[in-house]
Amino acid sequence: MSLFGFALKPRRSKSAQTAKDRLQILLAHESRSGSKEPDYLPKLQRDIIEVIRKYMKVQDDDVMIRMERENGLSSLEINIEMSADEKKGESAKKKD
Amino acid sequence: MTQLKDNTPLGKVIVITSGKGGVGKTTSAAAISAGLAKRGYRTVVIDFDVGLRNLDMIMGCERRVVFDFINVIQGDARLKQALIKDKRVETLSILPTSQTRDKDALTKEGVEEVLKELKKDYDYIVCDSPAGIERGAQLAMYYADEAVVVTNPEVSSVRDSDRVLGLLASKTQRAESGEEPVKAQVLLTRHDQARIDKGEMMTVEDVLELLAVPLLGIVPESTAVLRASNVGMPVVLDAPSNAAAAYEDAVARLVGEDVPLKVGQEKRPGLISRLFGRSA
Repeated sequence: MSLFGFALKPRRSKSAQTAKDRLQILLAHESRSGSKEPDYLPKLQRDIIEVIRKYMKVQDDDVMIRMERENGLSSLEINIEMSADEKKGESAKKKD
Repeated sequence: MTQLKDNTPLGKVIVITSGKGGVGKTTSAAAISAGLAKRGYRTVVIDFDVGLRNLDMIMGCERRVVFDFINVIQGDARLKQALIKDKRVETLSILPTSQTRDKDALTKEGVEEVLKELKKDYDYIVCDSPAGIERGAQLAMYYADEAVVVTNPEVSSVRDSDRVLGLLASKTQRAESGEEPVKAQVLLTRHDQARIDKGEMMTVEDVLELLAVPLLGIVPESTAVLRASNVGMPVVLDAPSNAAAAYEDAVARLVGEDVPLKVGQEKRPGLISRLFGRSA
């Protein structure tokens, strides 16, 4: 606003990049059919639950699977909530 | 420039959609349909925004509306009575919507019937979708062959466009019948190269990477758009401007021409006008 504003204004970080990064994460979650989001996630989730069931008691909705993409790095996050008689709050995380 | 095409009509349905409001759907629907008509294609543009009729204002025919889309669907008027012939371009017609009814007045069967009728006479049927993803928007896209997803280089618009692209791929007749999917393209509007250069605005490449669909065109932020709407002129029929040129290019691509992408830009204010604080 000041007359010499252009000289005094500190260089702000590029907000456009922040916008892009935020959207990249968000859109990977809000998968739309026919997009780059892998469609094997629900099947993978079922299979993982099957495997875990062999060893411990878990309900279908105790397992949460998420895929994130950021700067060329994808991460698959698997969270398993265990009932009181099993150990609590254990989670597995795998990066590729 | 305007000559009637004698061959059988193409009967192509194009939806102009976006999810988010205020990104330039109606402006784009008006400009694209006028651009198609200018090229000699028999074109009709339909307002699907029942209850918030605005296409008639942008097209400058608001005082000529007698019957509307809803009257036709409900059998109170014939299609020919509701269609308004544009006075500037011979091959262009407008089908306004109702200002007093709500979206429930639209029925799938009614929309299908009207589109079927229009396909007999028109090359391009341009559907101006309402904002949102409710009934009106879903019906506007349901019978589409192609889609123009109007997007601003801004987070909420890009997110909504992504959502709409998902609906186009699943909630349309083409998707449900397993036909070739709706051909969706992004039209980037309110593009501001100066702000991109400063890192304040996402670039075209950023948006395309996020949405992963082809680009139909880039319309620069322009004072010509408001000016044209003030006087009820589709941008391409108003005085020459960067925005008009961008829409003409987009229309050329829409009909299959190979036009290189240009990033048009408003002239930046000179030093004098900047010093005196005049802004557009």
